Amino acid sequence: MMTANSTTANHAVGIKPGIPPLIARRRPIKSFYPTWFFIPVIVLYVVFFAVPTFSSFYFSLTRWSLFDSKFIGFDNFVQFFQDPQLYTSFTHTLIYAVITSGAKVLIGFFLALLLTGPIVGRGYLRALVFFPVLISTIGVGIMWKSLLDPFHGMVNAVLGFFGLPQPGWFTDPNLALYSIAGVDIWKGVGIATVIFMAGFVAIPNEYFEAARIDGAGSWKILRQITIPLSKGATATVIILSLIGGLRSFDIIWATTGGGPGFTSDVLASVIYKQYQAGFYGLSTAGNVVLFLLVTIIMVPVSYFLNRKTVEL
Amino acid sequence: MTRQRSRAWIAGLIAIVVSTVVFLVPFAFVLLQAAKTPAEASNLAFSWPTNFQFVQNFWDTLTSNDGVIWRAIINSTVLTVFSVAIMVVLSAMAGYVLSRKKSKWGPLVNFFVLAGLIVPPAVVPTIWVLQGLKLFGTLPGMILVEATFGLSFCILLFRSFIGNIPRELDEAAVLDGAGPIRLFFKVVLPLLRPVVVTVIVVQSVFVFNDFAGPLYFLPGDQNVTVQLALFTFSGQNLSFYNLLFMAIFLITLPPLIAYIFFNRQIVAGMTSGAVKG
Repeated sequence: MMTANSTTANHAVGIKPGIPPLIARRRPIKSFYPTWFFIPVIVLYVVFFAVPTFSSFYFSLTRWSLFDSKFIGFDNFVQFFQDPQLYTSFTHTLIYAVITSGAKVLIGFFLALLLTGPIVGRGYLRALVFFPVLISTIGVGIMWKSLLDPFHGMVNAVLGFFGLPQPGWFTDPNLALYSIAGVDIWKGVGIATVIFMAGFVAIPNEYFEAARIDGAGSWKILRQITIPLSKGATATVIILSLIGGLRSFDIIWATTGGGPGFTSDVLASVIYKQYQAGFYGLSTAGNVVLFLLVTIIMVPVSYFLNRKTVEL
Repeated sequence: MTRQRSRAWIAGLIAIVVSTVVFLVPFAFVLLQAAKTPAEASNLAFSWPTNFQFVQNFWDTLTSNDGVIWRAIINSTVLTVFSVAIMVVLSAMAGYVLSRKKSKWGPLVNFFVLAGLIVPPAVVPTIWVLQGLKLFGTLPGMILVEATFGLSFCILLFRSFIGNIPRELDEAAVLDGAGPIRLFFKVVLPLLRPVVVTVIVVQSVFVFNDFAGPLYFLPGDQNVTVQLALFTFSGQNLSFYNLLFMAIFLITLPPLIAYIFFNRQIVAGMTSGAVKG
């Protein structure tokens, strides 16, 4: 009875047999995925992200008080790249991003290698390496500022005990930026490690077994199997840490505030300082410079890295 | 075999000692200072407190400066709960339709989602928008901004997870008479539980730890959030290092507790497409 009915129904509407007739008679399943589900996301994205981003290109060309703006052409950008207090932040941003990203890749890779290998206390080690990722950057900044204090700090006390030089980590103009980078690496290396570990675990064990049977040593296995087959993880770590490094603000603001002088100022801290001083147009110009820098670096980097990813 | 095992032990012991010194000692330092008297804490020495007053410092920190830390904890909780709730529901809806319905707009949507992850927010123009909406310096405004900044990350996670839920399930629900709303909220959303937990935990940690957002968009003493309160505290209370370190401890505690209970979800969330500053 049921079968007879459904075949006639199928013939009647002239659709392919095999599709349950009930669906055929109802609305197509596609209309059960309403497009208006996008509307709230689009509203938020446009109002609080797209509009500010696009309008920043205009406001960067103005003298701006938030209430009225006066078009002044490229004056803000000219000022930005002429004033040494401002343009040094540009080079600092690059140095900072490259150092932190490079160190996170290298240290994260070897920590992951260690933690996926035969070793006791793996869970403890993994938890330990990862927890700084989760704690407050401001807290980490204040903590390291105390530990690296040139006179009372614990690190210099230990160095002094062994008769080593005791540098002014955050107070020496030549060292401040690198000290902050070090703290950033301490805080962020856990995420790189975990991503590499996920990459290593995803490599099928047969590859290692086959290589071992063929007589490859651990160095050869590392170079010819582990590194090429975890390129996806490497790409993720590089992209993540570069973006984070270029946009870095919290850790710098919590440790040196860009000082001493302007020796550890990066783009993000200059944007904040100009905002604080009421130069909204100049601050926004800094924002546009940061936007362009991130885009100019990230687009080719992600294109290059994603192309070279080895698919398993 | 025994040689290999002893190597695992030696490597493990060295790694445990080194990583304990590098990662745990700094945090132990914070705890020790938090239990000291003001005079002793200002020496910043790694020593056992002669006068152990952890509990008293705990209460002093919460009540100092008219209870600014306490107020900050409440504000940050409200901010985190509401912004993460908005983020999760809205991006689950968007990720669901994005994954189920193939359209010619797909590449464009992808572009905007990735842009949301990479592009640094234009801060002063965002303040300008917030002022236009009369939301600048208000908690609701901050909630909406935080929710927006998290959308891209959540949409990516939801979209890839929903791609693994068989469509036959939707068809069965529709056959049973579910409409579009019921299909999503009663059938699909409950199945998303694992990824919802991941998104909630990871984003809560991000919002709770966010400093730059409230610094720009939520000025004012009344609306202070924990990271801002901690930063201000570090500038003011130079004679009360013990309370400062207690404040650091209090403010790092919630994410650590989350890590203890949700360590698997946090790691999963941060390793899968986690592209966030």
